[in-house]
Formats: sequence, structure tokens, C-alpha cells
Amino acid sequence: MATKLKPVDVVLVGVGWTGGILGKELTQAGLQVVGLERGRDRSTNPDFQLPGIHDELKYAVRYELMQDLSRETITFRNNSKQTALPMRQLGSFLPGEGLGGAGVHWNGMCFRFLPWDFETRSRTLARYGKDAVPEDSTIQDWGVTFDELEPFFDKFEYTCGIAGKAGNLKGKKQTGGNPFEGPRQRDYPNPPMKVSYQGAMFKKAAEDLGLHPFPAPSANVTRPYTNPDGVPLGTCVYCGYCERFGCEVSAKASPQTTVLPVLLKNKNFELRTQSHVTKINLDSSGKRAVSVSYVDITSGQEFEQPADIILLASYILNNVRLLLYSKIGAPYDPASGTGVVGRNYAYQATSGVTAFFEDKNFNPFMGAGALGMIVDDFNGDNFDHSNLGFIGGGYLAAWTTGSRPIQYHPVPEGVPRWGAEWKTAAAHYYGRSLVISTHGGVISYRDNYLDLDPTYRDIYGTPLLRVTFDWHDNELKRSNYLTDQAEKIAKAMRPNKIRRQALSKHYSIVPYQTTHNTGGAIMGVDPKTSVVNKYLQNWDVPNLFVVGSNTYPQNAGYNPTDTLGALTYWCADAIKNHYIKNPGLLV
Amino acid sequence: MTDQLGRRRFLKGLGVAGAATAVPISILSNAAETKSPAYTQPTATQPTARSQKPLANQKPIALRQQAYTFLSAPEAAFVEAAISRLIPADDQNPGALEAGVSYFIDQQLDGAYGTMGKNYRQGPWGEGTPEQGYQLPLTPQQVYRIGINNVNAYCNGKYGKSFNTLSPAQQDEVLKGLEKGEIELDDLPGKIFFEMVYANTVEGFFADPAYGGNRDKAGWKLVGFPGVAAAYIGFIEQYNQPYNRVPVSLGDVQQHLAQLDHHGHPIHPLIEDIAKK
Repeated sequence: MATKLKPVDVVLVGVGWTGGILGKELTQAGLQVVGLERGRDRSTNPDFQLPGIHDELKYAVRYELMQDLSRETITFRNNSKQTALPMRQLGSFLPGEGLGGAGVHWNGMCFRFLPWDFETRSRTLARYGKDAVPEDSTIQDWGVTFDELEPFFDKFEYTCGIAGKAGNLKGKKQTGGNPFEGPRQRDYPNPPMKVSYQGAMFKKAAEDLGLHPFPAPSANVTRPYTNPDGVPLGTCVYCGYCERFGCEVSAKASPQTTVLPVLLKNKNFELRTQSHVTKINLDSSGKRAVSVSYVDITSGQEFEQPADIILLASYILNNVRLLLYSKIGAPYDPASGTGVVGRNYAYQATSGVTAFFEDKNFNPFMGAGALGMIVDDFNGDNFDHSNLGFIGGGYLAAWTTGSRPIQYHPVPEGVPRWGAEWKTAAAHYYGRSLVISTHGGVISYRDNYLDLDPTYRDIYGTPLLRVTFDWHDNELKRSNYLTDQAEKIAKAMRPNKIRRQALSKHYSIVPYQTTHNTGGAIMGVDPKTSVVNKYLQNWDVPNLFVVGSNTYPQNAGYNPTDTLGALTYWCADAIKNHYIKNPGLLV
Repeated sequence: MTDQLGRRRFLKGLGVAGAATAVPISILSNAAETKSPAYTQPTATQPTARSQKPLANQKPIALRQQAYTFLSAPEAAFVEAAISRLIPADDQNPGALEAGVSYFIDQQLDGAYGTMGKNYRQGPWGEGTPEQGYQLPLTPQQVYRIGINNVNAYCNGKYGKSFNTLSPAQQDEVLKGLEKGEIELDDLPGKIFFEMVYANTVEGFFADPAYGGNRDKAGWKLVGFPGVAAAYIGFIEQYNQPYNRVPVSLGDVQQHLAQLDHHGHPIHPLIEDIAKK
């Protein structure tokens, strides 16, 4: 029997990037907030300290900071004719677990989505006509525009101390930045990162081809910086242990280095870790969320936490699962195309080209999680798609995120995977190769969706989320196009050999691609085709807000965190300045 | 001392003279500090005296005795033979066996990895498509036990010998057959067994020596990976310059054998300075 606890103003389900931001903003507005986090408490000291954090096996290969699948996972199939099976080990994407969520182990790549990304459907129709949208696609506009979000992008970027170079200040193009970005009101808070040798070569090759390279906007902080909340961040030393690791010098913006120090000190906040939320409870009308049920996983005890406002702020897959299991909103039915929860699940499509040189020395172990040189000429609708047979795009990049040898030891095509010849080639090329990667968006389709699995359950007895997903022609064609562009840049560097890693014919759950899952509880202007309105408020249950990349109606060609941070501040602003004064639907 | 002589032989290929790695790293790091003008430490990361012990007080590190705790003797013989073919020793560098990778695999199998402690382990167990990933109910412990048994049965049938007593050419033939899925084992797909042994061999060769493999940082030296990272902020824009440093491990830092900057990042000694010693 669950113990019923004293009501609070707000309960947060999950305390990562979104929960941390919402908690900080709402406690500062005077609300009593309880944060329920399924994982353990984690902080820079002692959890991410040297030398222990520089352990490739533990963190990058055995996934120390990521979700424990023995407790809960998802099931997966490529199409609805197959039987979905559990993702038994991590691979394709790496959800976090514990305080800070995936914000602890992210790289820090911090791009704003393009204005086009928020209005994909209407802008595609306007420029190319309706035949350009694939027949089975369910793309739609977000209901919020880039310009509306601009101040909130700014807020997240200044909170994080993002390093970068503006490409468009109030409509004026800026040399050295991304000329394709939406207009920003001011420059990044910190100067761009240093440029690695790989980045310098990529920049020159791209410029020679008439493209517009720029330094990646990075949450790896480039100088001593104190953010607007008064929190000081460290300075990045380019140690090359960001992705999949925590930062020992607090130089990577994460919840731990930005919003949590403020939130955890606020007496309006109570953090409960090891608290796994199993359900959101509604009143008898079904129009109001009254509490959440959770299990203290250290004791097995069950609790019910009542609250006036419930903020679903866990990873996208869990946000959608909790909605489905709690029977909030109509589940999506791919056969009829009706229902909303689970609709428009999307992902990203990556590929790359490895270039091998005889006369170069790249020291590939040096780097930072978001150290890279980017070309955006083929992202979004930055290029004419008239005769290409696909919509959308992605960026090309020379990332130097720190190449650790268990996971990075490229050899040219034709070299065996093991034996004496492999060993010689691996030793020779470790320092003499670089990778140009492509990072493409994925649009949404009628048959890519999320629902509850009929068979498999987690250790608490709740059905697992079932992911049904595969690439469509649009993504295969586009990825091929992007890989061609990457290969042109690689060839312009005059390498001795090139190896192309194309997108697989079918999406596979096995190799790592990106932790950029999106959709399933999307935002929009119509309750028939979205789960939340433009303020991330649930259409059916107005005291429930669902915050995460689950709100993206389709996926853009960028890493999602900057846009997620902006949306979270946007949502917090709506709650603070509108909802509290007048609880009810904001739209 | 044969161990050190062995290392001397292996290091020749890296252009390193002498039994460099037998010298405690802290003795070498002083040299690095004074003789590496190429590496400009920014003010923020100026080395300090933290964790420096007087050199004379330094005791040699006792090598932990390595022993198998999971693998039986025949299983260990198989693993030693297989990893010797996957990453063989050559005139210049140790292979996986010399780097202790069989002990790495043994320790991994005897821990959470071996029992899939963080994996979803509930049935029903479907066969699935390649895109759906690993779906066997077998843990790595079981994959090794059953796989080794099955491969030895196959080798006994075909060659009249167990795997570890085959010639290197025959061993390669068996490994290739497993890798390509051409050899059918009785109780599990040969390719799954091969891929697990292969992945673990690469892991053990390049993981921190704390895990039992990568002995003397042989894997790191082979490719030029410096292990626990230094602050590279002063080096990253020095294009096309070799780094040429001695790698530093977790143990080197924890046991105060590496000089550190004020954040605790090690300062990697220059290989050429060690050579001069």
C-alpha cells in the first residue's frame, strides 16, 4: 500500500536538464517543488574526478553513467509486421540515469534549430508544393517559431556559457559564423574553441569548395565564466573525455555545473533520488492530474506524491511511456492514423567518411566534446531541393571529441579486422586519420511510432515502451547526398585513402548513432495532432506539462539540446507568468 | 628481469631506447618538465608540487600476481591461443597475450559484465533480426563456456586436436570460419561467440591496465595514446606535431607516480627525455 505524502505545489518527474531548469525557475518563483529522480545523486566532486573519470572502458564502453537496462528498457522492431524484442544492451542511443540525466554525459554540441525546422511543413509546401512532402509523412509545424524562442535560446546559451561565433546578428550576416542560422539578438557569451588540426584542414577544404565552415557552438567553456545565475564554470583544457564522461573541471555545461547548484540550495526544493515514478494519477474527471506514484528503489516502498502541477521531465522515451501507461491522451493508432500519444517518433541519420593520410599527425586523443568545424550549407532548407527527391538536410562536421582507442582505431578498406596486418594498420593510422561526419534529421512518418509493448515489462511490472521505426526513402536519399558532400570535402584534403560509412539500409538498434530520439508526445496547434500545446501543456490535463524532445514533431539535422533548453525556459516562463496566475489551458 | 628485456625489445619499434617503462614515471616527469619547450603550459595549468613525493622515497610497485578466477585451465588455454591470433606479438610490439588480455577477459567474465548485470534479462527469448541486436539468453560467462567447448569439439572433429594445440594457420582458419558464420557450432551461433571474444580482446588491449590487460600500456604505446589525459590546451593548435609522450594510467596517478598539474591532470613525460635517462 502506497504511503500518501503531503501535497506540494509542483512535482518534477526526472531531474536532468529539463527538470533542473524547471525546478530552478519555479522554486525561484516561490513554488514548493519536489524532484523525483530515478537514479542516484551525482556531483562533479567526487563522481567525475581525476584520474578515475578518464576510464574509457568503464564510462564509454560499459556505460557507467547511462540507464541500467536490467530495470527498464524499450522493445524495438523495424515495422509492425515484426515482433518487437527488448533492447537488451545499450547501443544506438544512451539515455542517462541519475541526477543530471544525459546532461552529464553529453558532448556539449549546442546548435539552435533553424527557423525552417519549426515550420517544416508550411515552408516546404510554400517553396516546393505538396508533392515534395513524402506521401506517408506526418510532418507538421511546431506551433512555436524561432523568433518566439530566440530570447529563450539566449537564456540557455548564457546559462551554459556557450562558446561560438554568431553568424547572423539581428539579421546582419557575420563573417566566421554560421551564415544560415536564424537571427540572434546578441553573440555567444564566450569566444569559439581553439581549432584542431583536423578542424583547420576541414575548414580550408570546405572554403576551397565554396562552402561556409564555422566553429561548432560548444558547451565546453572557453574562458573563466560566471553565468547569469552567479554560477562559475571551469575552463576547458581539451582533455578529450567529454562524450560519455562527466567533466572533472566543470568546464562542460551540465545541470551539475549550471542550474543544480542554484536549485539544490533553494529551500523550496526537495530532491528525492532513487525514486522511480510508475504512474501519473488523474482525478475522476480525467481532466486533472492529482499525484504521481513512485517507488523508493532502495527500500521498495511505494509512495504517492500529490501536487498541483506535474512536470514530466524525464527522457523522451519514459515521458511517452508514462503518458501511455497513465492513460493520458488517446494512444496513436497507425492503422487509422488517429490518436496522438506515440505519434511522430523520429530519430537522426548519421554517416561519415574517414580519410587516411601518410604525412599527417593529428594527435586524435586531444579534443573536447563539442570541438568541431561545421558546414551547414546542406542543412534544413539551406539549399535548393527542387531536383533532389528529398526534403531536409543535416550538417557536415570534423569533430575532434577525443578519440579513445577501444572505440577508435580506424583502418583503410581491405585491411582485415584482426591479425598482424590489422595491428600494423591500426598502429599506423590511429594518428593519421580523421573523420568527417554527417548528422541528418529524420522526418516523421505514419508508421514510425511508439506504443506499449504487449509482452515485455520492467521490474516494476509496467509494460515497456515499444519503438517501431525504420528509415524511409527520404532519409536514405538524403544521407547518401550528405555523404557525397562529406566525401568531396575529404577528397579536397588530398588523403591517401578514403573509407565511406554509409547509412545502413535498415535502422539498427545495435551501433551507436545518436541519443537524439524525438517525438511521441509532440507539440502543436491542434489537439487532434499533438499531445501538448505550444507551451508544452497537455491538452487534456492542463496541470500537466510534458517537457522533452518528445515535443519535436520531426527531427532536425542538429543535436537537440539547445532547442530543448530553449523550450524548457519557454515553458517555465509560461508557467510562472501565466499559468500560476490563471490555472487552465494557456491556449 | 626477463620481463624488462622483453619490453626493451618491444619498445624498439616506437623509437624508444632502453627499458624506458621500467623506470618509475615520476622520475621521468621532472625531465619532461624541464626539457619540453614544445609544450607550453598555460598559467591556468601550471604544474604544482601536488602529489610529488621525494624521488628517493619511491618504492618499486609490486606487480599484482595475475591468476584466472573464472576460466578453467582448458578455457584459459583457448583464450590465450585465440587472442594471440587476434592481436599477435611481432618483433617490435607485444600482442594481446603478452599484454595480459586473457586476464582482462577472465576478470570481466567474473564481474557484472560476465553476468550481464546491467542488461535486460527477462524473457520470452525471441530470435529477432540483426537490427534487433543480441537476443540470446546466454550471458558472456555462458557464451565463453559453451563457445569454447563447442569450438574445441569442432577442432577435435576436424583436426583431431583442441584449438590451442593447432598450428597458427589452422587457428586462423577456425577464427575466420567463425567470423564469417561458416562454422556451425552445436549450441550457439559461431559468429556471436567470435564477435564477443574479438570485442573483449580489443577492449583488454586498449583499456586501462587496471583491468588486467594493456600491460605496460602496450596497446596505448602501439597507437600513441597517452591514457589519462593531460591538459592539451597548449598543444592542440600545434598542428602536425608528434606528441611523443609516455602514457599515464589510473594507477600511475593514484600511486603518485605521475606529476600532476593543479587540476590533477598528469603531465606526460616526453619519450625522448626518458631515452636520455
